[in-house]
Parts: sequence; C-alpha cells; structure tokens
Amino acid sequence: MKVFIKCVALAGLLTLAACAKDETRPADESTATPEADTSSTTPYSGPSAGSSVTSAAMASMPNVRIVHFAFDSSEISSDGQTLIEGWAAYLSANADAKVRLEGHCDERGTREYNVGLGERRANAVLQALTSRGVSQRQISVSSFGEERPVAEGHDEAVWQQNRRVEIAN
Amino acid sequence: MKKALAGILLGACAQAHAGLEITVSGGETAARPIAIVPFAQSTDLGVNLADIISADLARSGQFQPKAPGDMLEKPTDAAQVNFRNWRALNIDNIVVGQVRRNGGKLSVRFQLLDVLRAQTLAGYDVDVPDPRRLRPVAHQIADLIYEKLTGVPGYFNSQIAYVAATGELKNRLFQIVIADADGVNPVTVATSREPLMSPAWSPDRTQLAYVGFERGRSAIYVHTLASGELKRFVQEKGINGAPAWSPDGRQLAVTLSFERNPDIYVMDVATGARRQLTQHFAIDTEPAWSPDGKQLAFTSDRGGQPQIYMVNASGGDARRVTFEGKQNLRARYSPDGKLLALVNVDETGYRIAVLDLASRDLRILSSGPLDESPSFAPNGAVVIYAAQGRQGAELATVSVDGRIRQRLSQPGDVREPTWSSLIR
Repeated sequence: MKVFIKCVALAGLLTLAACAKDETRPADESTATPEADTSSTTPYSGPSAGSSVTSAAMASMPNVRIVHFAFDSSEISSDGQTLIEGWAAYLSANADAKVRLEGHCDERGTREYNVGLGERRANAVLQALTSRGVSQRQISVSSFGEERPVAEGHDEAVWQQNRRVEIAN
Repeated sequence: MKKALAGILLGACAQAHAGLEITVSGGETAARPIAIVPFAQSTDLGVNLADIISADLARSGQFQPKAPGDMLEKPTDAAQVNFRNWRALNIDNIVVGQVRRNGGKLSVRFQLLDVLRAQTLAGYDVDVPDPRRLRPVAHQIADLIYEKLTGVPGYFNSQIAYVAATGELKNRLFQIVIADADGVNPVTVATSREPLMSPAWSPDRTQLAYVGFERGRSAIYVHTLASGELKRFVQEKGINGAPAWSPDGRQLAVTLSFERNPDIYVMDVATGARRQLTQHFAIDTEPAWSPDGKQLAFTSDRGGQPQIYMVNASGGDARRVTFEGKQNLRARYSPDGKLLALVNVDETGYRIAVLDLASRDLRILSSGPLDESPSFAPNGAVVIYAAQGRQGAELATVSVDGRIRQRLSQPGDVREPTWSSLIR
C-alpha cells in the first residue's frame, strides 16, 4: 500500500532533520553545515535605509519612500506624484543610483492576484519615473502581494498603510 | 545552486506545532446512525482505532457514530453480534474488528454489518506494515466504510499541505507544513524568512510545487518529499507564481510576468520547456486544470474586475465563466470536473462559493469576510479554505452542500490549504 511507503519516506525526512542541530537542514547537501548555510543567507528584512549616494549627488535623495494606493488600484495620487517627482530628480542627477520598487497590497483579494496587483503598482511608479526621464536601467521591480504587511489588523486604517510601493535602494 | 536556494531550509520536526485544533459544527440531522464498536486491540498500540474511525465519519457529516458508552454490547466479531441490541438503538450499521498478530506482523480485520438485514456487508483484512503508524490504517478503514455505504470514495486517508506564518511583520517565519487530513501529525517540510506561497501537490503526492522568494525575487520550486530534493523550477524576472500540476503530473501551469505583465504559461516538468497560454495586458493568474486536462480556469481582470475565465489547454480565446458578484477569483475544479470552488466577492466580503458549470448556479458556502484559497477533498464532498479566526488566519472545511463545517486552528496564521489525492 502506497500510504506506508509515503509514511516511511516522511519518517526518513524526520530522521534527517533530527540529525541537524537546529532541526533544519540546508537545501544543498554540498554546503558544510546548516549554520554556515543559514549565515550565508541574508534574511530579507525589508528595504534598507542605507544609502549609496555620494557627496557628488546633485539632487538629494528624498526621505519619503512610500507611495500609497486606493483599494484594488494602481493609480498614483497627487501626493504620490510629488514624491515621485523628488525621486526622479534624484535619480536623473545620479546616474549610478539605483532603486528597487516593491509593490504591496492589503490582505483583501487572493494572494496570487495580489502579487499581480503589487507588480502593477510598482510598474505604475516605474512609468512615472521613466516618463520624467529616469533611465529604466536604474530601476528594478518586484512584488510581494499581501505577504509583507507593515501593519497588522483588519480595518481600513491598516489596509491603507499596506497598499503601497516602497522605493528601496 | 546553493545561493539560489539559500533562503529556504528544508526541515521536518514533528514537534513544530502542537497540531491543529479541530472544532466541528452542523450536520447530524440527515446523518446515518452507525456504531464503530471498540476493536479488540492492546492499549500499547497508542491509538484507539474505533475512536479515529468514528471521528472521521462524524466529521464528514454523513454519519452519526454512537458513543461507546451507549452501546449495549461490545462484540469484536460478526459471530458475536446480537442484532436486536442494535435495532433497539436505531443503528443502521455496525463495524466490529480486531487487531491480529501473525508472527511479527500486525493486521486489522474488520466487518461492516447491516443491522436491519442482519447481514455482513463486507469484511476486510488490512495490513499494518509499521505498528508505530496506525492512524493511516484507521483512516483507510474509515474510507472503506464510507465508500461501501455512500457509494463515493472517502477522503480521510489523505493529507493537506498549507502555509504557516508565525512572528510579527518583518520577523515573520514562513513554513510549508504537511498534515494528515484530520490536522494531526503536522510536519514542516520547508522554512524561510521570506514569503512561501501557493503550495500545490503533484497528483501522485510525491512532490510539492510552491513559490518562494530569494532576496526579494520570486521563484517556483519543486520539492520531492521523500528525498528532500528542492529544485528551483523557474525564476524569471518579475512574477513566478501560482503553480498548478496538470492531472498527469507532466506539466505545470504557472504565472510569469517577464514579458511585461502576468500571463499563464504551461511548462514541461521534466524539461522546463514552456509555451505561453494567455496573452493579455491584464493580470492573468491562478490557473487550475480541469480533471480531464483539456482546459484551464484562471483569474483575469481583463474585463475591469477579476473574474474567472476558461481557456483550452491547447490555447485559443478565453471565455468568461463567472458573472455573479463584484469579483470572482482563484478557481479550483472538483474532482469530477462539474464544479468550480472559488472566492466570490460582494459587499459582505470574500466568501467561498461553488459554481455548477452546467447550470451556472453559484452556491455560497461560507460567510466571509476574508475567506480564500478553496481546495476540494479528493472525493469532492468537502472544500477546505482559509478564513480569518480569533488567533489569526485558520483553516476551515465545509461540505459541498454547506451542511457541516469545521475549523482547524493553531497559534499564528495558517493558510493556503491544499488537499492531496487519496492514499489507497
């Protein structure tokens, strides 16, 4: 009966796991230890506040990094446009500077659809930047959908914060 | 390879969770009375077979098992049964059995009896290859009883995979967990500090496909459960999401956006060769194969709002199939291909519904407000989904007729449940 083959297989995985000190084991057997593998990984902890801008910068880097959106929308508000204006000036003046646009959604809607919606929002910001003369080479786009909220809860005040594009560098 | 997979740790730890806590409600009115008489078995086996079988049958909503304390006799073989004792209790069927030891081998012999006709309907001997794993045997017995009495295969000896997320916001830890269909024996098979999403069973249950992120970049992985091998199946620029196995297990439908916006692609599992199935500037995502492999349902907002569309597996024009409610998303076919389970959206929120593809009737199965990720049990009688509970996101099941419900919860978020095929 297949069930038992399966169960033995899972039990085998359990045994392997138990051998690793921290009850996890690296995905790649060729790495030395679970510890080494874990430490080689930089856990993703959101966009860093670090700056790669040098003193040669002609336009200074804006300190606001988040563009907010209405529900199920990728339309950029006038506040958002103002913010993007500042980033466009900075990126145009600093051809070496790069940004990553991360699209996010609130918890409503299905998860994979929200990954699509988050990317659409990030692309809207990308287009707003390139239409102001920023080179596309300076910009990368990603989407986390609803998987990376900045606020927890189930009301509009929380949802509003989570519907966003983060401009990270 | 190492770098690519560095973010995801494979692992298993039986103690990772205390197990899902189950609450059942509804049912009973139309359920048929049955008695699973305690089997002749030694207590050192660790599990009470009759208890597990009774719990399975009760959860289905189709049966109302009698408590052992209400039984007038406790026979363990058909020859010992006094049918009058069971007619007096208005019991339709009884099950008697015993655990047998032949040399070093264990087996379970049980008989299913018809009380009114005083007949044996069926008798089985079920081998127990590993005495430490008796629960799957109990589930298998429950499946045999269910099928014999309802004419439909059971679903108890199957598994669910789901995503567990613990910790707050940026410190969140994501896990792919596999548990028995009753929520028992949860085993964590992968852990990551970055999101894990969209687990999908291969039809033969040997592999899971799921979405992970590596330093912010998404990828689709294929995880072979027995060996623990984790293969990065596709990692294009942009979205790599929503993997769905074809019924023959040879192809994966996926969502990719590297050609500018999310479209559905069909990829060969063995070779990675791919073809584009949908081509539209809208978001096309969340593909699901019909059981005959001839078409796929998917979510698209090409009409302004996300709705369910269908397209032939060979390609061509897509046709819209949902019209009720503001939005309809993430469809899954029933095993017989006649129904779609989906997320229906209106003013009251996000609710699970089933759409009858022939009659176009839409039946709402849950009350919302934030229900998502429906998945059919292997026999099509029950849908499991994720809902917002008191402790966070939790899992819920509902029978397709909407009559019986259960909740499966644990501390932290549990979501995106997906039901495996039946283990026979």
